[in-house]
Amino acid sequence: MSDAATQPRSWRRPPLIGNAWLRWAIIAGALVYLVAALSTIEVNWERVSQGLTQGWRFIEGFLAPDFTSRSRDIWRGMEESLTMTVTSTIVGCLISIPIGLGAARNIAPLPVYAVCRAIIAVSRSLQEIIIAILFVAMFGFGPFAGFLTLSFATIGFMAKLLAEDIEDIDETQAEAIRATGASWWQVVNYGIQPQVVPRLIGLSFYRLDINFRESAVIGIVGAGGIGATLNTAMQRYEYSTAGALLIMIIAIVLVAEYLSSLLRKWVQ
Amino acid sequence: MPVTTINGHVLWQRRTAAEQWAAWAGWLALAVLFVFCWQVMNKNTMWVFVEDAPRQAADLFARAWPPRWSYLDRLWGPLWDTINIATLGTMLGIVLATPVAFLAARNTTPSAAFIRPAALLVIVASRSINSLIWALLLVAIIGPGLLAGIIAIALRSIGFIGKLLYEAIEEIDETQVEAVSATGASNWQVMDYAVVPQILPAFAGISVFRWDINIRESTILGLVGAGGIGVQLQSSLARLAWAEVTVIFIVILVTVFVSEWVSAKVRAAII
Repeated sequence: MSDAATQPRSWRRPPLIGNAWLRWAIIAGALVYLVAALSTIEVNWERVSQGLTQGWRFIEGFLAPDFTSRSRDIWRGMEESLTMTVTSTIVGCLISIPIGLGAARNIAPLPVYAVCRAIIAVSRSLQEIIIAILFVAMFGFGPFAGFLTLSFATIGFMAKLLAEDIEDIDETQAEAIRATGASWWQVVNYGIQPQVVPRLIGLSFYRLDINFRESAVIGIVGAGGIGATLNTAMQRYEYSTAGALLIMIIAIVLVAEYLSSLLRKWVQ
Repeated sequence: MPVTTINGHVLWQRRTAAEQWAAWAGWLALAVLFVFCWQVMNKNTMWVFVEDAPRQAADLFARAWPPRWSYLDRLWGPLWDTINIATLGTMLGIVLATPVAFLAARNTTPSAAFIRPAALLVIVASRSINSLIWALLLVAIIGPGLLAGIIAIALRSIGFIGKLLYEAIEEIDETQVEAVSATGASNWQVMDYAVVPQILPAFAGISVFRWDINIRESTILGLVGAGGIGVQLQSSLARLAWAEVTVIFIVILVTVFVSEWVSAKVRAAII
């Protein structure tokens, strides 16, 4: 006992994973994976070193953006992206309201619930770009296909969040309305709607922001918008135009994010 | 409370007349905005193609079904590449994002006036540009291949991981930091013993969550030439081989589902 009291004791942190075998197995597995993964990457260093000079030219283009020489293309792309964003957000939100109501277990009967949940699952599991490929093949190139893509993606996002909101409401308020002898529509209108609308408005502004970002991407597969302009600029090696486009995208996203956070604070 | 009395009956309404008018004006403004945007957007739309869409869709599905399963044999290599792009990209993203997050958090940044805004700018710039656009730029700069995909995924991950991580750092329990610094620990020791252990679970959760998103995104990076299964998708699309496209879509869906399941399991185990 006196030994323990006089000798200085040293403390060591307990390891993150208690079982030593498991810990070493995970470390070894990670190392094996890393070696296997890194060995399959083929890098053409000659091309990379050539590319670095091009990369420098791109950074120069980014620092000296050229808004003027392709201003017609830039303006057209921006116009398509912004209008696509607005229309698809409005349509997507409108369609997502009935689907969201149907996907809330506390107000919808089971068959309706199953159908609405299936719609949400399909819309959420397919990526925007894959939907865009299909819609471009069906509806032709241009912003109309982009509008359909973004609307479809908005439905899954908004309906899921709306349904979860409705399932989380304060049931006593709906109960109180129901006790007055209200019909289903009146319960929804007076008992549920006031509880979920502020958050719904906030979410739709958030989705507006997401849709603008996505509209910059789906142009790459031909669905119109700023992505198409950016793709063309990169293919022509016009880095100063591409830099201008990127700066505009970042600026608009920043402004949209700021405005939507202001509006959400104001609504809630 | 808007209550009116009509013929001795008390009538309750939700809004006053002015509020009602304001609500209608708001809806009208939204409708006008929609119609205007719709007109501008569709001034170049060829409605002939749109009317033709049901026939095109039927044609498409007829050619896409049944899937050409024999094509599956040629997809295992690209699928392995896709998973590597996502995993290595996430790792690189974590390495780059961690210092940015510590510089951006209000309680660990060395200079709130200069370095913090710069770190926040890095996070915002990375977040507002999709990984497909990063890939587009990188393919032009360093050439097509896996490396461009990995760097694109890493650059996009910086913003996501950086943002969530710096918020986690700002929310730590300051009393633990105080306790460790009271023992006479240096700044690095405070970091090591008081800050890092508190954010480690959040950090692991964020990383796995981002890995799952990155699997999803890396499946399409090949469309612009950045490697993975998207390269096959691009070539099948170019050849209008829709039966092969169906196989690729199914493989992508299964991969995404599996990665989502793995990520959910791991996060449930950590938290």
